Amino acid sequence: MIDFVRSLGDRSLDRMASLGRATIMWATALWGLPKLSELPLLVRQIYNVGVLSLVIIILSAFSIGAVIALQFYTQLSRFGAEDAVGLGLALVLLRELGPVVTGLLFAGRAGSAVTAEIGLMKTTEQLSSMEMMGVDPLRRIVAPRLWAGIISMPLLTAMFNVVAIYGGMVVAVEWLGSDLGSFWSGMQDSVELWNDVGKGMVKSVIFAIVVTWIAVFQGYDTEPTPEGIGLATTRTVVMSSVMILALDFILTLSMYGEFK
Amino acid sequence: MAEAVAASAAEDNLIEIRDLVFRRGERLIFDGLSMTVPRGQITALMGPSGCGKTTLLRIIGGQLKPEAGQVLLRGEDVTRASRGELLELRKDIGMLFQSSALFTDMSVYENVAFPLREHTDLPEEAIRDLVLMKLNAVGLRGARDLMPSQLSGGMARRVALARAIALDPCLLMYDEPFTGQDPISMGVVVSLIRRLNAALGATSLLVSHDIHETAGISDKIYILDGGKVVAGGQPAELPEHPSSRVRQFVTGTPDGPVPFHYPADQLAYDLLGDAPR
Repeated sequence: MIDFVRSLGDRSLDRMASLGRATIMWATALWGLPKLSELPLLVRQIYNVGVLSLVIIILSAFSIGAVIALQFYTQLSRFGAEDAVGLGLALVLLRELGPVVTGLLFAGRAGSAVTAEIGLMKTTEQLSSMEMMGVDPLRRIVAPRLWAGIISMPLLTAMFNVVAIYGGMVVAVEWLGSDLGSFWSGMQDSVELWNDVGKGMVKSVIFAIVVTWIAVFQGYDTEPTPEGIGLATTRTVVMSSVMILALDFILTLSMYGEFK
Repeated sequence: MAEAVAASAAEDNLIEIRDLVFRRGERLIFDGLSMTVPRGQITALMGPSGCGKTTLLRIIGGQLKPEAGQVLLRGEDVTRASRGELLELRKDIGMLFQSSALFTDMSVYENVAFPLREHTDLPEEAIRDLVLMKLNAVGLRGARDLMPSQLSGGMARRVALARAIALDPCLLMYDEPFTGQDPISMGVVVSLIRRLNAALGATSLLVSHDIHETAGISDKIYILDGGKVVAGGQPAELPEHPSSRVRQFVTGTPDGPVPFHYPADQLAYDLLGDAPR
């Protein structure tokens, strides 16, 4: 029993220490807002985490938009309300699925890559050598990746939403024969700029901060062994996904409230 | 008078380590270790695996904080320096890592130019001249456009050396520079360490297991064991050291005070299957 309590205490202390290290790293790196001379580093990272994630975002968005439109059309047409497909699709995407699915895909594609890259740099002593040259790796390596994630993910979310709505339109209008005018006008009448688009983007920025924070910290704090890198990469994807889903519920409650 | 002698000793030594205590988890790595590194000379740290040689380099570089003790580099206590002060201090330290630690996304040229770009405002032409001079010093001017993945282990070590001397540091630290090198590469690295130390007027601190190469270029060798310095002196003095443990290490005898066998029951017991438990 004593052993159990002791191991529980040890684990809790480890977790707290880890959270402390992560917070210090995050604050130090964020404080190091890239200077003008370091802009190329930031642009390169935006390319790595943002542009290279575009293919998976676009393909997934089109497919998800198409599936949602199909399901909505099937159900709504039973009540003769197939004109509301566009509105339903837009609300679901802008408020929930856009930020959440983009966050999950981003964690799997870019988050894991960032963790593996930083972890490998640590394992091959590149971070140590940089530090020994008097160059702060938090500023040179971590900060550009952190900022690149925070800048890229909301843009990817916007891209996801647009492509998914077009994917839905292809299915609902072109294939199933719903009215094109009703599809767009329903959306224009009911979608609000701040309440739907804005709040979705706020979610996306929060997910971006959380995912990139987890990704860079797991890489920076990894055990410098091949197993350590594998474990850190897995942890990035699992922790990011759980955090996105949990945070989404909390954010939806606080943003849209009054559900009862 | 005593103060003048102490000040003169401090000027003669680039590094002074006093009563260093360092623990990794529960394990005590250094237990009151003290030593000095004379200015302008090559000092070697030797000792059995896991005795903390690389750890000591990292403590001197301020990457690890000891539990107690002082590490004075040019009279400044590294253990009390802030993060910003450490980054500043390290501009005067060049370190060669065991794995070479070249930046894999940069060419040989960019690797050597990296510290110059980060710490100086030199125009690109001056950086180019300096990089080519440093690469020429290690014999790899012709390899400037190669990527680290295209280099052999020996070449990577030499590029890392060129990068370590890019800012003309006053202290050069080498972590196992001879490990995994073929005889020619090893000979090249040995001669480079000697030549560069003299050419730069620097002080070198070398961690190695290769007793012959190390003894050939070092002015002074320290042997660490059990968290302390167990022997220190000129290379020629060590084979005559009174401690049989030190003599075994220096001569590389497989059995002695450090036994060949890991503690176990007698072989006969194990083979006959009735070993007492």
